[in-house]
Amino acid sequence: MRQVLYALIPGTLLMSWIFGWGVLTNLILATIFCLGFEILAIKLRQRSVKIALSDYSAVVTAWLLAISLPPMMPWWMLLIGCCFAIIVAKHFYGGIGNNPFNPAMVGYVVLLIAYPLQMTQWLAPSHMVEALPSLANTLGVVFAGADLTIDAVSMATPLDTLKTELGLSKTLGEIRSTALFGTLAGAGWEWIAGLYALGGLYLVYLKIIPWQTPVALIAGMGVMASVFTLAMPDHFAPPTFHIITTGCILGAFFIATDPVSGCSSTKGRVIFAAGVGAIAYIIRGWGGYPDGIAFGVLLMNMAAPLIDHYTVPKAYGQSS
Amino acid sequence: MSSSNQKITPFHGGLHLDGHKQVSTQTPIASIPVPQYLHIPVPHNSEVTATVGEHVLRGQALTTSSNSMTPAIHASSSGTVRAIEMHAVVNRSGQLLDCISIETDGNDKSIEPLAALKPSADNKQECLDRLRECGIVGLGGAGFPTAIKVATDKSIDTLIINAVECEPYITCDDMLMQEQASRVINGAETLASIVSAKEVLIGIEDNKPEAIKAMQAAASNAERGKIVIVPTIYPSGGEKQLIQLLTGKEVPSGGLPADLGVVCVNTATATASYDALHQGLALTERIITVTGAGVKKPGNYLTRLGTPISKLLDFAETDHKVYQQLRMGGPLMGIPVKDTSSPVVKITNCILAEAAQPQHAEQPCIRCGDCVRVCPAKLLPQQLYWFTRATEFEKAEDHGLFDCIECGCCDYVCPSNIPLVDYYRHAKFEANNIKSERIRSDRARIRFEQREQRLERKAEEKAALRAAKLKKLKEREEAKAAQQEGTQDNKQDEIAAALARVKAKKEKTND
Repeated sequence: MRQVLYALIPGTLLMSWIFGWGVLTNLILATIFCLGFEILAIKLRQRSVKIALSDYSAVVTAWLLAISLPPMMPWWMLLIGCCFAIIVAKHFYGGIGNNPFNPAMVGYVVLLIAYPLQMTQWLAPSHMVEALPSLANTLGVVFAGADLTIDAVSMATPLDTLKTELGLSKTLGEIRSTALFGTLAGAGWEWIAGLYALGGLYLVYLKIIPWQTPVALIAGMGVMASVFTLAMPDHFAPPTFHIITTGCILGAFFIATDPVSGCSSTKGRVIFAAGVGAIAYIIRGWGGYPDGIAFGVLLMNMAAPLIDHYTVPKAYGQSS
Repeated sequence: MSSSNQKITPFHGGLHLDGHKQVSTQTPIASIPVPQYLHIPVPHNSEVTATVGEHVLRGQALTTSSNSMTPAIHASSSGTVRAIEMHAVVNRSGQLLDCISIETDGNDKSIEPLAALKPSADNKQECLDRLRECGIVGLGGAGFPTAIKVATDKSIDTLIINAVECEPYITCDDMLMQEQASRVINGAETLASIVSAKEVLIGIEDNKPEAIKAMQAAASNAERGKIVIVPTIYPSGGEKQLIQLLTGKEVPSGGLPADLGVVCVNTATATASYDALHQGLALTERIITVTGAGVKKPGNYLTRLGTPISKLLDFAETDHKVYQQLRMGGPLMGIPVKDTSSPVVKITNCILAEAAQPQHAEQPCIRCGDCVRVCPAKLLPQQLYWFTRATEFEKAEDHGLFDCIECGCCDYVCPSNIPLVDYYRHAKFEANNIKSERIRSDRARIRFEQREQRLERKAEEKAALRAAKLKKLKEREEAKAAQQEGTQDNKQDEIAAALARVKAKKEKTND
């Protein structure tokens, strides 16, 4: 799974460039916590720590969780998120290979439900502020609980803004004219999403992930978005806007492709990923949260065994 | 007829493997001298006819079977039967098997060959008997009796000669074709006549150009026999995969190739069938590839059945310190050899000395699906594995457990180093156990139910009989009672009469 980590590097670097040190503190702390919990669980379960760490799965979980969370997370929130991801979602079910739910998404959703305010407060991208928080400021926020609003400008994500302002009956054109939005989606965000997509394509090229999953997820979201945009163009953002978000791209290439908690057959994987895309769109549009990829993944995780049951491919000689 | 414009239908999955075949094709086929001792394993449900101390000749049958389909085994050289006892053999369980040990006398005298038999539409049964009598089984590795394969009464359009030899290292069929192509063609012709096949397709992998050339030359004179070149993808030599490649059809699950009008036979098997019918010779020798790490003279060796594997290794000048493990067969499907005193048998196509490979510990399955991509049976190997782990053998069966051909592609690609095929073998064994257990318990249940019914019926019959008896008794008693009542009435009358008489008398005297 080291290749997965390599594929995440470009997007993560750009993300740090745009949002500052907070991305890296997230990443470093989450990695330390996840590895710590992994070692603890493996020790308690009396398995080989060396073998458990050699597959890098805990690092991948940490990384996916860290880049899903708003930058500059307080350390204790990261600790809770990593604990739920590694201990509850993974090792309570028997460790790698046995978890029915995606560990990173479990950690994310626990934090989202428990701390909705902090979880929707993102830093403003670099082009909208005079200066990003300094390293000292960042460490202050992360470790000493300094107040974020004094030191840096925090704001909602483009998806969140879209949702709130649509709720205030503004038209799409008005909303998207602000500096938060770029040509296709969120300014700056669209480039991060683009680099994550590039990393994902690298994994497809290496055949580490099947191409069907990202295609189906993007199609699931794209079809839903197209239908509503065509019906009411002023009230629903076009499919490009929904697809070129870090949530959708990370979900398509890095999260819905988790083989352990997903489906087995190609047909099953397509249904799984399309379901994630559709559910995420529904939650974005009408749910209580700005993004729904995490919920979409967990809901489809629940459905995976059922999908598997009905999508067993015909073996050689069974078709006739 | 020899050109190859047959349409090739690719099968799902498979592996591109390094063939390592040139290693053992540099020298012509050599003969291994008859060893001092031959150990010939006794097949299941066979009865040994040879006795200890008996002098036997090459080609003499050593067993018979009550099962008319079990092929015989034969002495592969002349000598004296020294023992019939348990001996090491190559099998997965590592169990010893009953073997007939012959001390050879060095004369290598044979019995008189049987009369030549020309197969035609009229003497099919005779031909089948001959194949069985001469001990012909599939020499490709499965050892399925050839007589059963060709005994089908379905109409056969195509006889396929499986000359693919897709597993790495093995070259015995390759060399047989290079050196004795006309014998192979004759064998194909013989089998085609037995099953009355309209066409003969000979499938050869494109990594054997010399064999293809030799076979095309030999086939150009033959009546039937078309050489079809198939791509080198493991396991294109699997019976089902080859049939799909050449005909585009899939053998139905649980069915036989004959259901498609196809019979598929291995190259060396075809040659042995020709020898059995036309030369009247029993199967007592075969070509075996000896190759791998530490084998200084790798090549193909014509070896008497029953020769200890150690003799082959010695003849090929094998350095026993170099290899880590020996396998009978190829690297993917071969069976590990634990004891080199084990004899070579009819299905021994290769003795492979494997170099030490880095050992990786088995890790948990993460359902990555690499196995799904390579499975030629289009199964979900990871699901079969999970069901086996969970002892859900019936679910594994629903997912096509018995369609698994144990080719080992999934093992090969598994990033968690899980010996998947071992799990499937175990699952098949358990599933079969459950089935036979169920058949047994069903039989017991039916017996029990029948007994219950029988007892009930008997009880009913008894009850009815008793009721009838009781009724009769009652009737009789009633009748008796009625009679008695009648007599009582009479008595009372008599008494009354007597009393009357007495009264009258008294009255008379009183007067």
